[in-house]
Amino acid sequence: MLNFLALIGRVVLGFLGHLGRLTIFAGAAISHCVRPPLYPRLIGRQMIDIGYYSLPVVGLTAIFSGMVLALQSYTGFARFSAESAVANVVVLSITRELGPVLAGLMVAGRIGASMAAEIGTMRVTEQIDALTTLSTNPFKYLVVPRLLAGLLMLPLLVLVADIIGVFGGYLVGVYKLGFNAGVYINSTVDFLQPLDVISGLVKASVFGFIIALMGCYNGYYSKGGAQGVGAATTNAVVSASILILTSNYILTELFFAS
Amino acid sequence: MSAMPKIHLKDVRKAFGDKQVLNGVDLDIAPAESVVIIGGSGTGKSVLIKCILGILTADSGTIEVDGTDVTHQPAAAREKVNKKFGMLFQGAALFDSLPVWENVAFGLMQGDHMPRKEAKARAIDTLSKVGLAPEVGDLSPSELSGGMQKRVGLARAIASNPEIVFFDEPTTGLDPIMADVINDLIVTCVRDRGITALSITHDMHSARKIGDRIAMIYEGRLIWVGNAKDVDRAGNPYVDQFVNGRAEGPIKMQLRR
Ligand SMILES: Nc1ncnc2c1ncn2[C@@H]1O[C@H](COP(=O)(O)OP(=O)(O)O)[C@@H](O)[C@H]1O
Ligand SMILES: [Mg+2]
Repeated sequence: MLNFLALIGRVVLGFLGHLGRLTIFAGAAISHCVRPPLYPRLIGRQMIDIGYYSLPVVGLTAIFSGMVLALQSYTGFARFSAESAVANVVVLSITRELGPVLAGLMVAGRIGASMAAEIGTMRVTEQIDALTTLSTNPFKYLVVPRLLAGLLMLPLLVLVADIIGVFGGYLVGVYKLGFNAGVYINSTVDFLQPLDVISGLVKASVFGFIIALMGCYNGYYSKGGAQGVGAATTNAVVSASILILTSNYILTELFFAS
Repeated sequence: MSAMPKIHLKDVRKAFGDKQVLNGVDLDIAPAESVVIIGGSGTGKSVLIKCILGILTADSGTIEVDGTDVTHQPAAAREKVNKKFGMLFQGAALFDSLPVWENVAFGLMQGDHMPRKEAKARAIDTLSKVGLAPEVGDLSPSELSGGMQKRVGLARAIASNPEIVFFDEPTTGLDPIMADVINDLIVTCVRDRGITALSITHDMHSARKIGDRIAMIYEGRLIWVGNAKDVDRAGNPYVDQFVNGRAEGPIKMQLRR
């Protein structure tokens, strides 16, 4: 019994320790974001990596999500003879939820993992220590460019995903379900509020920050050679995905609950 | 007492969990002096250097650089002190995302804000001092052999004219000839320029060659410090065993934990 309680205690303490360390890490990273010097070159490179090279995966995810949404909602609405709502459902689901969440999850797998692997390898091969000895702050040099790039690029990616996803719905709607093209476009645009898109972009920004933060944090504290780097990579993706889904719910509440 | 020591260590202690790695290290290093620390693997040699560099923070004790206490200095102030330092890491720790010349010029560009072009010229110049051709500058570190990586690491350590240089096992993992090349480079780059040096090694040949003084670390303390030429008649059974590389003696290797 005592052993069992001790085990619970250890797990809880370990979790709190992690949480505390993560909070301190995030605080330090944010404070470095607003103090010079920044490294525009490095920020640019990260923006290309996150934004440009993620386009294919995010685009593919978006187009098929839009297509399947149109198909499924049509089946559902046909039962209530409400087929005309398809376009509306597609555009709202994509801009509010699926665009940001799916892009976030895909980028977490792609970018979060590679950030953790790169920074983790730098940690275990002492390259991060070497930065310090060369009078370069590792937070400024490694963490800040990734955080800023995540924060800025995810909304752009999601905007593209929104457009592609809606287009996917349009393709299925017009060419498979037999909607009139003009009517489909009209019912897409008519009910769309600016907040629908903006809330999605704000979510995307938060997700981008989460992805970069978890990638950097797990890489920064990885230890013990290749195995440690592997574990850091897994943790970065899993924790970023969980945090994305959790914060998505909270953000939806904040935006639309009232 | 003569001039102020460049580095002054007093009762430095460092533990990881319940494992006491440094257990009261005292050492003074005079300006332009080269001190070599010898000792078995895992005895805390690298940890000691990292405490001086501020990569790790000592639990207690005092670390002074040029008379300034840096033991618990915050990171921002630390960056200023670190400008005096150069460090050659055990595994070279070159930045594999950058070409060789940018590695060497890193401190110049980031720390001293030198323009790229000028920094590149300086990097090529420093590379030639460690016997590497200018073409090597455009290679990636992963394309280099171990010996070349060590030389690039050495070039990076001395490129921004540091006052104090640390060498962590500069010859480990190299063939004897390359090891001696590195030793010679350390002697010419450091001793002849009046740089203060603290090196770590368990290669006795290297220790004799690059050190003015030798210190032996055992169980977290420096158990013997003396002139390099006296190391063979230290009269200390631990030092004798280490210098002669014998399995029998007072030092028991922990084969099991
Ligand atoms: N960051 C760290 N966290 C925990 N233990 C460490 C850390 N760095 C070093 N150690 C431990 O301290 C001891 C000394 O390490 P080190 O100084 O690297 O040895 P060496 O004398 O071979 O350079 C080792 O047992 C190592 O496991
Ligand atoms: Mg070591």
